[in-house]
Amino acid sequence: MTNSAASKSVAERPPLIQDIARIREDFPILKQTVHGKPLVYLDNAATTQKPQVVIDTLVRYYTTENSNVHRGVHYLSEQATQDYESARTKIRRLLNASDDCEIIFTRGATEGINLVAHSYGRQHIGEGDEIIISAMEHHSNIVPWQILCQEKGARLRVIPINDDGELLMDDYAKLLGHRTKLVSIVHLSNSLGTINPIEQIVEMAHSYGVPVLVDGAQAVPHLPVDVRRLGCDFYVFSGHKLFGPTGIGAVYGRAELLDSMPPYQGGGDMIKSVTFEKTLYNSLPYKFEAGTPNIAGAIGLGAAIDYFTALELDKICAYEHELLKYGTKRLSTIGSLRLIGTAREKAGILSFVIEGIHAHDIGTILDSEGIAIRTGHHCTQPVMDRFGVPATARASLAFYNTKADIDALVKGLDRVLEIFS
Amino acid sequence: MVRSDKLDDLYQELILDHYKNPRNRHYIEEADIKAEADNPFCGDEIALQLKLANSHVGEVGYQGKGCSICRASGSMLSEAVVGRTLEEIEELAATFKGMMRGRELSKIDTETLGELKVFLDILKYPIRIKCALLAWVALEEGIQKFRSRA
Ligand SMILES: Cc1ncc(COP(=O)(O)O)c(C=O)c1O
Repeated sequence: MTNSAASKSVAERPPLIQDIARIREDFPILKQTVHGKPLVYLDNAATTQKPQVVIDTLVRYYTTENSNVHRGVHYLSEQATQDYESARTKIRRLLNASDDCEIIFTRGATEGINLVAHSYGRQHIGEGDEIIISAMEHHSNIVPWQILCQEKGARLRVIPINDDGELLMDDYAKLLGHRTKLVSIVHLSNSLGTINPIEQIVEMAHSYGVPVLVDGAQAVPHLPVDVRRLGCDFYVFSGHKLFGPTGIGAVYGRAELLDSMPPYQGGGDMIKSVTFEKTLYNSLPYKFEAGTPNIAGAIGLGAAIDYFTALELDKICAYEHELLKYGTKRLSTIGSLRLIGTAREKAGILSFVIEGIHAHDIGTILDSEGIAIRTGHHCTQPVMDRFGVPATARASLAFYNTKADIDALVKGLDRVLEIFS
Repeated sequence: MVRSDKLDDLYQELILDHYKNPRNRHYIEEADIKAEADNPFCGDEIALQLKLANSHVGEVGYQGKGCSICRASGSMLSEAVVGRTLEEIEELAATFKGMMRGRELSKIDTETLGELKVFLDILKYPIRIKCALLAWVALEEGIQKFRSRA
């Protein structure tokens, strides 16, 4: 029932990305004023706003369908199970995985990476082995590997980046070797906007028989993702960055790998049979889903995916690219402003510093104008160190942003400069 | 351009002046008390040096990186502690921290704080409170360490 609700609202109006005014109508939060000014929401890399259809889906689930999944023989449980599993199918289609059993629900990208580190990592990584990450990783794609390396006596290797925030692929080639046991890399950087050449990264790793995990937390809402074309072995993302609820996300893993991996957590749902002597684990994907999952979250994410895919991803990409170009041009007119992250392949992110003015002051002044941006290190402290800045201000885009939002940002920055002149 | 009142409270002339022209910026190598603190979450970093003359603070050095509130707070601290005893400074620090935690100020508190009262308005910006406190927290730690050594 939740599926039909989602698809119906999409069918009611032609989903043209050019028609931003109409799309904005779908997001009730955007109609708000903040400090007496219309909200300009430019913090989409932190989390995205939710269309009404996602909010309605959550309400409908709790109002008419709430029950536990995979357990009951009664009507409600069957309905909930069906919708929960159909959300899995939607994710499988979104990522173009080959089978639903390759999609494991998690709390988000962070838990996805931890799942792979705990399960695959513990099984395959030993003393003297190496894990390769990059200099632009989110802390969630650094710390789980550090913990694992510490536990196993393994070593973390880091692919450096250039001044534009692009990976140095020659250095990556040199890091790869017989000690490498895993490569874990971000698809689209949250602090720089860089899009990494995943296909090439995977191909190079695979030539050493090394599997690759891709952190797609930022990529899924902005880029077409086809895990089979990318060739990656694991792919993780968060629902809340894809216009869905918080507390839900997924890991894609190649079935063959997942099958051979030990469980992540023990509990109900992940077992076939339990005696005190022996437990038989459930089949995929349930082996990795211990305990009652975030049912409402999964179904809400399903609705978000329906909404998002109906907008047509190539149109979203083209539109956001235009916005990014416009934003880059407008910000470049501010003499004391320096963009951090100027990769040729880039999406959605305008990270910057202004000479003599701390990012926090920028953030507070913009907030007083109703403009929401993020300031700080964006959970990528090594990136800040690489560019020699303590923090940046970051405006991050979504398809519901407009050139008017960028204009408001630039006007707000004029105000910042005025106060600190 | 007309500013909203609230923002004016945060970016008062006094704070902006200390931010743009920080006082006592020199580093004191042979200080009796040295303290550092950082807030990696926002990238604020400050360092303080106090040199005692008899039982009073004779000279203060202060260096800071970070936002305007953090740096102005350190700069104003460096002016406020000169000429005071360590006990008086600790009392001042406690009063300042009390103010930043929303405690009601007595008449005596108000007098003790003097110019430092400008930070009262930062209570309207809860996220920025720790910026105003950073230098004071460092100062207290520095004094405690000095005492435990003595
Ligand atoms: C690139 C990247 N990876 C991972 C994460 C972690 O996502 P979550 O906090 O939803 O688990 C984020 C979120 O900011 C991110 O931007």
